[in-house]
Amino acid sequence: MSQSATVESKKKLGPAGTIERPVTWVGRMSGRVTNARGKIRLLDRFEKPIEWLIRICGWSSIIGVCAIFFFIFREAAPMVPKLDWVHFFTSPRWIPNPAPGNEASFGALALLAGTFSTTFIALILCVPIGLGAAVYISEFAKGKVRETLKIVIELLAAIPSIVWGFIGLMVLGPIIQQIFSAAPGSWWGHTMVMLRLASSETGAAQGTNLFTGGAILALMSVPVVVSLSEDALRAVPDSYREAALALGANTWETVRRVLFPAARNGLLAACMLGMGRAIGETMAVLLATGHNNRIPTALTDPVRTMTATIAAEMGETVHGDSHYQVLFILGIVLFVITCSINVISDIIVKGIKKGNKA
Amino acid sequence: MDGAAAMADVNPFAPSDFERRKARRTTRNKWLMFSFCAVLVIPLVAILVDIFVKAAPVLSLDYLWQNPENKGKAGGLWAALVGTFYLVIGSLVFVAPIGILAAIYLNEYAKEGFLNRVISIAVTSLAGVPSIVHGLFGLGAFVLTMLPAINKLIADPNDPDTKWEAGLLTASLTIAVMNLPVIITSAREALGAVPQAFREACWNLGASRWQTIRTIVIPNSFSGILTGIILTISRAAGETAPILFTGVTFFKFIADEGWDKVFPYKVGEPFMAMSMHLNIISNQISQMPDSMKFGCAAVLIGLILFINSFAIALRVWLRGRKRW
Repeated sequence: MSQSATVESKKKLGPAGTIERPVTWVGRMSGRVTNARGKIRLLDRFEKPIEWLIRICGWSSIIGVCAIFFFIFREAAPMVPKLDWVHFFTSPRWIPNPAPGNEASFGALALLAGTFSTTFIALILCVPIGLGAAVYISEFAKGKVRETLKIVIELLAAIPSIVWGFIGLMVLGPIIQQIFSAAPGSWWGHTMVMLRLASSETGAAQGTNLFTGGAILALMSVPVVVSLSEDALRAVPDSYREAALALGANTWETVRRVLFPAARNGLLAACMLGMGRAIGETMAVLLATGHNNRIPTALTDPVRTMTATIAAEMGETVHGDSHYQVLFILGIVLFVITCSINVISDIIVKGIKKGNKA
Repeated sequence: MDGAAAMADVNPFAPSDFERRKARRTTRNKWLMFSFCAVLVIPLVAILVDIFVKAAPVLSLDYLWQNPENKGKAGGLWAALVGTFYLVIGSLVFVAPIGILAAIYLNEYAKEGFLNRVISIAVTSLAGVPSIVHGLFGLGAFVLTMLPAINKLIADPNDPDTKWEAGLLTASLTIAVMNLPVIITSAREALGAVPQAFREACWNLGASRWQTIRTIVIPNSFSGILTGIILTISRAAGETAPILFTGVTFFKFIADEGWDKVFPYKVGEPFMAMSMHLNIISNQISQMPDSMKFGCAAVLIGLILFINSFAIALRVWLRGRKRW
């Protein structure tokens, strides 16, 4: 009955865009607009299921984060109660595969020191350069120069980390070794030891070291810092700039006294996300930091990071042994560090957005 | 009289010392910041030129088309190139629909509120997860959990050859999870750029939410979404750490001719990829000729820059023809 009623009503309602009553299950399930031929499009028929599909996909990122935590934790779980956590965070002795008869030692202090020292060097280099470049692009540069710079920054961000590692290993490393090497007893050797640029008077033992890794990481995090700081500066309302100009300030004074304070949170978040990228970077530091498990005492000491350790050693482990599980624990530590950096910076940014609205 | 003459000499609009200093400081700082930009651009260009010059002796079409020989010390890159190609396609199949639908949900359906906030924090956290942690996740979730389940279903327990190993499928899934926030963010931006008035007009004509999205929002933001997909491709092609334990292998013999050369890898079989190839030959094999290392790096850089310039060109073209 109802079926035929719809068919009849369709015949009566000729033109496109007319609204059909939800008589049949098709009508109930779908959007109710007919197309020019008086038919309901297939895709419109399934509006409700499609909306549910969209909703589930919308939650996919939450599912992803939870799944990452769950699966990494599941692999690491048997080791969590067994591991000597104090030893893990305070000892630099990382001996996963000891000689027969000795006990394995999982002290990750040197790995943590490696991660944070390379990140620190990277931040020292990339924060001033990144902020300066962002200010230049957003406030000073005009027209073609600005477009070109933005494209270059984007390409910088696109270069994969393994290529950055390759650059550190094959291009930057030899240059740095040339700069930081000296004959024993020469003035440059003395200076390097005195300023802690190198731990011996002959200079850097190898081209891949803390400084090379830090410089490569800086180049990798600069695009993040630049684009996010530029967004933060752009988010400052133009009325602020106009007010500053009306009071007699020139561009630089506007930047320093008005834009920096106004965009402070956004700039801070940009630097934090750059730091997050530097901490989590794997292949570049695997190739460019020298991979030597010790706490660095000078700028050109080779170091080893947590990420590089996982990448280098996971292949040698047996599924389920303690070395394998400890590498997953390193993964959890990394995950927790980067996640908290991201969440904090997100809260910082969202904080200013609310402030602007109010 | 004297006073009046003196007055006429003084330009009342001349900048004071203070103003002159101010102007000088601004100019100085402007050039300082310009030099920061130069510090970024010049080394990048120098490094790229250096790599391409050192790679020049080996670069040719044959280098792309031949398979690697003798652990990559001779021959070309074909096996790795084609592996990267399938990896990119595989990850796109998973990430593009989910990512775009997620962006539609965030931009069109979700209301401002707690859930929306949690989702956007999840997106940023997912974007910040280190790539090696994605690799660990892929190992735990896909290789150690999903594959045994698949094998229980399809593999013949008496014939180990029918078993699926870590390979294209697991690596693509891992890369897909890694690229999810990239595509969500860019697609959301593209959807957000469609003016609200377009939607309202469509609603007023009686269209439902989904019809509005399908007929108005997606067609108007399509190029922006495409830009995001291209960026995803370039990221998928370059990543190494996530696929390190989830299916990539250092060396695999594939056919030198015929269709098997174009379709060399099965879904459940380890494969070669450009990024892994570069990692291995630059670092782990002794007596590797430098030209082969630089050649591989140059091809990978060229590939990535080529893909990215597509995205940039698309965006410039898009900005030129925007009607609102």
